[in-house]
Amino acid sequence: MSDIRRHTIAVLVDNEPGVLARVIGLFSGRGYNIESLTVAEVDAQERVSRITVVTSGTPMIIEQIKAQLDRLVPVHAVRDLTLGGKSVERELALIKVAGTGDKRIESLRLADIFRARVIDSTTESFVFEMTGSTEKLDAFIDLMRPLGLVDISRTGVVAISRGPKAL
Amino acid sequence: MTDQQPTGAEIVMKALADQGVDVIFGYPGGAVLPIYDALFKQNHVRHILVRHEQAAVHAAEGYARSTGKVGVVLVTSGPGATNAVTGLTDALMDSIPIICFTGQVPTHLIGNDAFQEADTTGITRPCTKHNYLVKDVDQLARTIHEAFHVARSGRPGPVVIDLPKDVQFAPGTYISPETVTHRTYRPQVEPDPKAVAAAVDMLETAKRPIFYVGGGVINAGAEASRTVTELVRTTGFPCTMTLMGLGAFPSSDPQSLGMLGMHGSYEANLAMHGCDVMVALGARFDDRVTGNLTKFSPGSRKIHVDIDPSSINKNVRVDLPIIGDAGRTAAAILAEWKRRKAKADRGALKAWWKQIEEWRARNCFAYEKTDQVIKPQYALERLRELTRGRKTFITTEVGQHQMWAAQFLRFEGPNQWMTSGGLGTMGYGLPAAMGVQIAHPDALVIDVAGEASILMNIQEMSTLAQYRLPVKIFILNNQWMGMVRQWQELLHGARYSESYSDSLPDFVKLADAFGAVGRRVTDVADVDAAILEMIETPRPFILDMCVDQKENCFPMIPSGAAHNEMLMGPEDRREATVSDEGMVLV
Repeated sequence: MSDIRRHTIAVLVDNEPGVLARVIGLFSGRGYNIESLTVAEVDAQERVSRITVVTSGTPMIIEQIKAQLDRLVPVHAVRDLTLGGKSVERELALIKVAGTGDKRIESLRLADIFRARVIDSTTESFVFEMTGSTEKLDAFIDLMRPLGLVDISRTGVVAISRGPKAL
Repeated sequence: MTDQQPTGAEIVMKALADQGVDVIFGYPGGAVLPIYDALFKQNHVRHILVRHEQAAVHAAEGYARSTGKVGVVLVTSGPGATNAVTGLTDALMDSIPIICFTGQVPTHLIGNDAFQEADTTGITRPCTKHNYLVKDVDQLARTIHEAFHVARSGRPGPVVIDLPKDVQFAPGTYISPETVTHRTYRPQVEPDPKAVAAAVDMLETAKRPIFYVGGGVINAGAEASRTVTELVRTTGFPCTMTLMGLGAFPSSDPQSLGMLGMHGSYEANLAMHGCDVMVALGARFDDRVTGNLTKFSPGSRKIHVDIDPSSINKNVRVDLPIIGDAGRTAAAILAEWKRRKAKADRGALKAWWKQIEEWRARNCFAYEKTDQVIKPQYALERLRELTRGRKTFITTEVGQHQMWAAQFLRFEGPNQWMTSGGLGTMGYGLPAAMGVQIAHPDALVIDVAGEASILMNIQEMSTLAQYRLPVKIFILNNQWMGMVRQWQELLHGARYSESYSDSLPDFVKLADAFGAVGRRVTDVADVDAAILEMIETPRPFILDMCVDQKENCFPMIPSGAAHNEMLMGPEDRREATVSDEGMVLV
């Protein structure tokens, strides 16, 4: 099973009630894996939402996932950003670190190196905001663990293809 | 003008009339009373009152499958909707176009655990092609027309429209079907000409070709079956059909190898195993067809024609996928074949047919002839002979009798055979036969049943009586859940756990109680007379055919085995060959 690969798939859907449940139900009902999922309306006038889902599977499974998504009635388009040329991926995280003294100072220094911003502060805590690849967020969070990490909120991956073309 | 606007309930009836619906199957309840009131006040749409909502959906399926039209169902909220779920799942698995209206509690009560409230769109999401909850009466007409489009186009399927009671009362705007288009749902029906040309390249050079034809051809309309028949005859290739595809190519044609799969013919399965080019037309490589996937048709290049891209490469990796309507694609292949004045490899084809005829000579459906006991196969053979030349529709329940019916009855055209293939729903046959009889009042409609399955929707006898539907129920009564017992024999050391049909009713008295005619046959000598009486009686009829209790259904590909590893009969016991992997398969 060495050919299991991680794929980022973008799905344009009608923003109607139940559409997210359809997508999630498809993954759970057919035993596919969701590593991350983000959704938000991207065109208020046309009421179109964009779902970015990160999943993993063999090429045959990934092909099935895309075909199954595509046959849902409210789905407009399905694109595999991992296969369809180059793309960029970003994730946003809010990371709360509590502590005082050296640990507190060290967390702030590391945040500066990682270009995380402080968006809330008390004398015994910081909330950092950080945007980047999933791997970069993972690395920063790992560094924060011994320094008083208490809470994490992450958006999951959003992705878009490089170059001038739209989805 | 507002006071002249139609109510939601009136919009439903108007939309049905404009969609050409002449009959709906349903059961009233609190949350659909406004629609039943609107129904009462009009004359376009006839309502058939069933006795259980599951039967309403199966009846609509029988209606849809025998006419090619969309079947329509109307049930109430809560239990009405949940009872319909089995029927909806059945229709989804077998790609039957159904519109099911479900009542819902008024919008302001949704989510409050109101009386007879269920989350119908939530419950039916995985068992429908699509579903809608209509909260705005002005969206109702558009939604209904869109639902019909979704149900019948592409790969057909069931669509639920959940209607809160306040929306049924509210006045709103009606729009007609021609003004409605779906924003994005446009399934591809025309095949890619390049793929068609590539397919003909493969067919021209094939040495051991086979057509493998499924329910997609039936769904593509009667014309599609004619096209496929012409294609098969023009090429001279052998043709096998799935359970759902029976009738797409005439059974009596010498090029027909009959049904393939777990209980299919020896020649069909060995031809699938040994072919070098396989053309799957509207078939989905179901596990009942393929047997062990790793050993499935190892030496063939495969062409797969399907309207549903998600069917491609789902179970079996194919060499040439063609997305499109099965009928249109068959027509395109046929046109390209004729344009090229293509000739099959006659020498190779002759040798291939010689091999197939050797397999066919094995006579795999042979059974022991006896005058001591009625063999189920014999009963079906007599049914076949005595209905020959009549316009006959067959439905079935699920189990051994279903497989024997598929093996022993003959289907010369599409839409005459209604069976629950994908879901395998016991209790399907009687209500489906009702729907068929409604659509074809003068035809002979026979539900081939088992004594266990028939009890699962036996209440519909009452519906037969109410509408004077002369449906024939042909029970092969062996007093066992035969297929369960057969598997227990094969896989579980003949420990017959709970598979005996104890405390059966007296089916003759039961028929009488429901105003039908009932006969019991126990003697081989009486079989013909009883079948003739059944056919000639213009009333609902139960024929309780008491058959050999020990007979099992052969040939059989045991779970986990390949097409060339069939068990040919009871003497051919290979219990040891059922692998541990095979044991866990269903």
